[in-house]
Amino acid sequence: MKNKSLISITDFTPEEYYKILDLAEEFEKNPKQNLLNDYVIASLFFEPSTRTRLSFDSAINRLGGRIVGFSEATNSSVAKGESFADTIKTVTQYSDLIIMRHPLEGSARYASEVADVPVINAGDGANQHPTQCLLDLYSIRKTQGTLENLNIFLVGDLKHGRTVHSLLMALSNFNPVFNFISPETLKMPDEYKDFLNHKGIKFYEHTEFTDIISKADIMYVTRVQKERFSDPMEYERVKNVYVLTNDMLDGTKENLKILHPLPRVNEIDTSVDENPRAYYFPQALNGVYTRMAILSLILGIKS
Amino acid sequence: MAKQKEKLTVSAIKNGTVIDHIPAENLFKALSILHIDIMNTTITIGNNLESSRLGKKGIIKIADKQPSTEDMNKIALVAPTARINIIQDYEVVDKYNVKIPEQIRGIFKCMNPKCITNVEKMTTKFDVIEKDGKLQLKCKYCEKDTDQEHFETI
Ligand SMILES: [Zn+2]
Repeated sequence: MKNKSLISITDFTPEEYYKILDLAEEFEKNPKQNLLNDYVIASLFFEPSTRTRLSFDSAINRLGGRIVGFSEATNSSVAKGESFADTIKTVTQYSDLIIMRHPLEGSARYASEVADVPVINAGDGANQHPTQCLLDLYSIRKTQGTLENLNIFLVGDLKHGRTVHSLLMALSNFNPVFNFISPETLKMPDEYKDFLNHKGIKFYEHTEFTDIISKADIMYVTRVQKERFSDPMEYERVKNVYVLTNDMLDGTKENLKILHPLPRVNEIDTSVDENPRAYYFPQALNGVYTRMAILSLILGIKS
Repeated sequence: MAKQKEKLTVSAIKNGTVIDHIPAENLFKALSILHIDIMNTTITIGNNLESSRLGKKGIIKIADKQPSTEDMNKIALVAPTARINIIQDYEVVDKYNVKIPEQIRGIFKCMNPKCITNVEKMTTKFDVIEKDGKLQLKCKYCEKDTDQEHFETI
């Protein structure tokens, strides 16, 4: 994995996922390791994303590395009209690895072609956010003991949600059964369903929560955003259908864990927070260990 | 008689290349893909010619030049039916059908307005995918598909 950029979850093999998860587990047990002492990491956020940036900052700081960069593009050379490629080529000279977030899709792949150092994609528009996917895998394996043969429920906006698409692609390597719960207009796109059919993976589609959730091992909830509806009436009709409340969890499996990429708005009622099945806050912490593992593998400090 | 006439249209140049059986509606796309506008040799173009296979077809004759098979295959995306005839001394000495390439660089635009390739000065890259008998271009950058109806040359 040394010097390999991480742009899309499909850039890495299932064996490499396991390598990352195993190392993340090691970091969770022993988080204070000064492995990045001599390293400078560029953190280029062409659009703000406080949550992701702080998670990476925390991972780098725990490893003793140093950070250069910016948290939004307004005060950077980008605002002065420099081409994106030139910005990346320049930053390459200052750092051992680039972490970048950018509103344009494909920007991270392009950066990895232009840069002399490896690039980690921290989100390129609606396209990819692979470190989120890896921390999701870490959370799933940690709570279920395995990635294999799980019944995975994906809930909310399945049309636009890049996290659910990446997760679907990654988990397709581990013989899952999928259940999709979403409004008609925000259904899982055909290309992903075709992909599952092609791989012989079973999936079922629902438009509301039913008893079917008693089968779930993992319930991955995403936001249903008002902006995504062309018809505001339809949003009003469905907005409360996709709110998970604590009483709905009666009769679900003991091992069920509820995940959410955060920030949540109201799709998971706060009454769920006290339920032992709620896992979205520990999931966020897992992001730090996972990113520590990804950084040290790509920099070749761990192998 | 008809056959003889056909032969005549194809071999009307002494040496060079004849691209036949281009769907009439895509003749100009094929011309732009091959950069025929900047070639300095004699070019003859015919369009809306009768074709038993295509209804209406286009034809391009390039005198004294033989573009590479690789270049010719680039027009397969807009003219999969195109047939290439290599002419020497008024005779067809070689002919082949264009083949759809697996990958394509440049030429086409990604239809995703949020794709980096539509903002930065850079070369587009696509994987060519066939789905339900239609072609799609999968962008190497934004990973989105551009379907055949939206093929647009740069
Ligand atoms: Zn694109």
